Amino acid sequence: MNASQSMVFSLVAVGILVCLPLIGVTAGMTSLFGVIIPYAAVVVFFVGIVARVVRWARSPVPFRIPTTCGQQKSFPWIKADNLDNPSDTKGVVLRMILEVLLFRSLFRNTRLEFYDGPKIRYASAKWLWLGAIVFHYSFLVVFLRHLRFFTEPVTPLVTLLESVDGFLEVGLPRLYISGLALLAGVTYLFLRRVSIPQLKYISLPSDYFPLFLIFAITATGLLMRYVFKVDIVGVKELTFGLATFHPVVPKGIGVLFYIHLFLVSVLFAYFPFSKLVHMAGVFLSPTRNLPNNSRMVRHINPWNYPVKVHTYEEYEDEFREKMIEAGLPVEKKE
Amino acid sequence: MATVPKPSELGKVDHRPPQRPWTETTPEFRPGTFCYGAKAKNLDVVGMPNPREWNPADEDWKLPDDWKDITLKGMEDRLNKFRSFKLFMDICVRCGACADKCHYFIGSGDPKNMPVLRAELIRSIYRKYFTGSGKIFSKYAGARALTEQIIKEWFYYYYQCTECRRCSVFCPYGIDTAEITMMGRELLNELGCGIDWIMGPVANCYMNGNHLGIQPHAFKDMIMFFVDEIEAVTGVRVEPTFNRKGAEVLFITPSGDVFADPGTYTLMGYMMLFHEIGLDYTWSTYASEGGNFGLFTSHEMMKRLNAKMYAEAKRLKVKWLLGGECGHMWRVINQYMDTMNGPADFLEVPKSPITGTVFENAKSTKMVHIAEFTADLIRHGKLNLDPSRNDNKIVTFHDSCNPSRAMGFFEEPRYVLKAVCNHFYDMPENTIREKTFCCGSGSGLNTDEFMEMRMRGGLPRANAVRYVHEKYGVNMLACICAIDRAVLPPLMNYWVPGVNVTGLHELVGNALVMKGEKKRTTDLRYEPLPGMEEEEEAEDV
Repeated sequence: MNASQSMVFSLVAVGILVCLPLIGVTAGMTSLFGVIIPYAAVVVFFVGIVARVVRWARSPVPFRIPTTCGQQKSFPWIKADNLDNPSDTKGVVLRMILEVLLFRSLFRNTRLEFYDGPKIRYASAKWLWLGAIVFHYSFLVVFLRHLRFFTEPVTPLVTLLESVDGFLEVGLPRLYISGLALLAGVTYLFLRRVSIPQLKYISLPSDYFPLFLIFAITATGLLMRYVFKVDIVGVKELTFGLATFHPVVPKGIGVLFYIHLFLVSVLFAYFPFSKLVHMAGVFLSPTRNLPNNSRMVRHINPWNYPVKVHTYEEYEDEFREKMIEAGLPVEKKE
Repeated sequence: MATVPKPSELGKVDHRPPQRPWTETTPEFRPGTFCYGAKAKNLDVVGMPNPREWNPADEDWKLPDDWKDITLKGMEDRLNKFRSFKLFMDICVRCGACADKCHYFIGSGDPKNMPVLRAELIRSIYRKYFTGSGKIFSKYAGARALTEQIIKEWFYYYYQCTECRRCSVFCPYGIDTAEITMMGRELLNELGCGIDWIMGPVANCYMNGNHLGIQPHAFKDMIMFFVDEIEAVTGVRVEPTFNRKGAEVLFITPSGDVFADPGTYTLMGYMMLFHEIGLDYTWSTYASEGGNFGLFTSHEMMKRLNAKMYAEAKRLKVKWLLGGECGHMWRVINQYMDTMNGPADFLEVPKSPITGTVFENAKSTKMVHIAEFTADLIRHGKLNLDPSRNDNKIVTFHDSCNPSRAMGFFEEPRYVLKAVCNHFYDMPENTIREKTFCCGSGSGLNTDEFMEMRMRGGLPRANAVRYVHEKYGVNMLACICAIDRAVLPPLMNYWVPGVNVTGLHELVGNALVMKGEKKRTTDLRYEPLPGMEEEEEAEDV
């Protein structure tokens, strides 16, 4: 499939996903879209993620293969880089924290500049890192802010987050930076994907689909909050009902809400079966989460098995005469 | 053998991908861009499957009838054995950060040399046969059915990857293309589709102890030749021993150092150093290879070849092992040897007999890198060095991929380098240490029939050398890898004429002031030492 086919396919898929609740809720299937599907999606998400992690974990790590990005530990007088080349658990934990929270490897990114001659330069290229940070963190903030809908009273963390997020204090309801940042982030990731020829070339429908889906989720969320208001009291009644396992479906919540909720449900259910599992997978990456101490501490391979080797005895048997003649010591003189 | 186009032609690289999607393109087996197939006789020696005469350029690869089953079973087996493989199949988001980090992509512009696509070649098969979404949604989920054409594609691109791991430095999830290439090559080898430049050395190493198949008496002869050479240059006769029981140290270096320039000068450097400090060491003709082309074949073959090191250490009852300058050898020693063939509980924790330093960082594997060993000697002032003997050499240092990204071996060689030469300049930051560029010929691709791709793949390295060549007048590229020493000279000749290649211990050998040496007028290459040019001429007359 070429790039436009991939994009169209993903766009149509998201379009259909928008239409389903639109039709369904109009036809009165509010319980299905308000209760059953969200529950099912959350179950699929948790079961799926756990199953995925278990699936990975069932394969052992036979060798200690960290990618070392700094000086090894050798002599006391050579400064070891315990962050990029950890030799102990503390270093690994720090390395992983920086990797997971700050996308340290992505921060190294450079951009190839190839000139005639040929002459090659590597320019700084932090935009992807910045875009990724904006996207992931704004998503996190948006996600956490939504806890308001599932807790009563609202946890202080959420209130604090809201006050920080809305520090501009403009608009009514108050404008949250995170929502716009998320929209900007996802838009950037999409534009980047279609404007860099190589990236466009490697992109699959499964790269566009989550971007479109998240875009649609964000857009419906923003629309609900700032433009086409829905019955927010009814929404909270429904979501709190879900959280307390006493689901209720109040009447009169706008269909926009159901579209939003359905798309979020799809995202949850899609998550474990897609590239989005990188969220869990990054913790298990053997090139990052192991110390480079395999010369100090023997790493055990659970499936290590004996192999056929050419022994010294066989070797000497073949070359004994030549070895004796050359004055090389041998085990057996005959 | 194909002739390599001129640098001016090869240097025109278009990095824009073609119109046709990558799933619809097939590699063209053009001379210069692929390696010859593994010969039956070499597969037979080590008992590898499907030995036959074949040519990758042919239409018919003579695959076994059940090639598809073998491949899919092989994939399943490896998915269950290697978390790395399974995880890396699932978590790539195709962000493209790796794309322009690969030396082969930079030098060829072939989109399938982007690490992400190299992995997709096998990932698409994984999706088709091992994931629900791939089975259901097929190409919409990025899945492809396995065909013979895909086996050919794997062969082409998994032997256009040097397992250098540069991309894994930049990947936000640490996805390591080397792991994927290693799996791809294991699967290919199950079908008998390896390359002969790897299988030949593997077979030789297995039977004769080293890649060249040098037999024990000849191995000794070759080393003794360099004993004469050392004497000619320094007036000092060093006395190496072979297969000697009870030596303190077993020294193992890649056999390339024994037979090919400029590695041989490095070999002379080792022997001069050991003689000077009075190290009680022995060579082994049985374990006469530091390199391990098994690493480029399969994990099992790596283990089979590596086993000789500990076995020989045990037989000779040495206390510990010392390893020479080699790249992938040190990946095996650092990340695989102890796990595969250990525990080495019959050895002692390495301790330098000269300085008393205990090598705590090697306390389990019991093998020390020669540059660590020498750095420690220098640090303790045990060597009498005259770096001015290297004054005509303006040196830069090529960090070899494996010691860099599978070990973190950056400061030890630089420390030695700065002690033995006065003019040292590093290449730009994005091209050294963990971001170092491959020589373009690693992982067993250092064969002549692959020359065009070697020159392409080596371009980023050469480009960085040219930078310091033009800026500082660098005329010597130092390295700690035998493959580097073999392949960087043609690479330099091609892209940066005027830059020579040296091993680290060649420079040590030059600078080392030995007890009882004669007045030296030349370096180890018989080239006049700085300030001795006239004396040399006089002598020649």
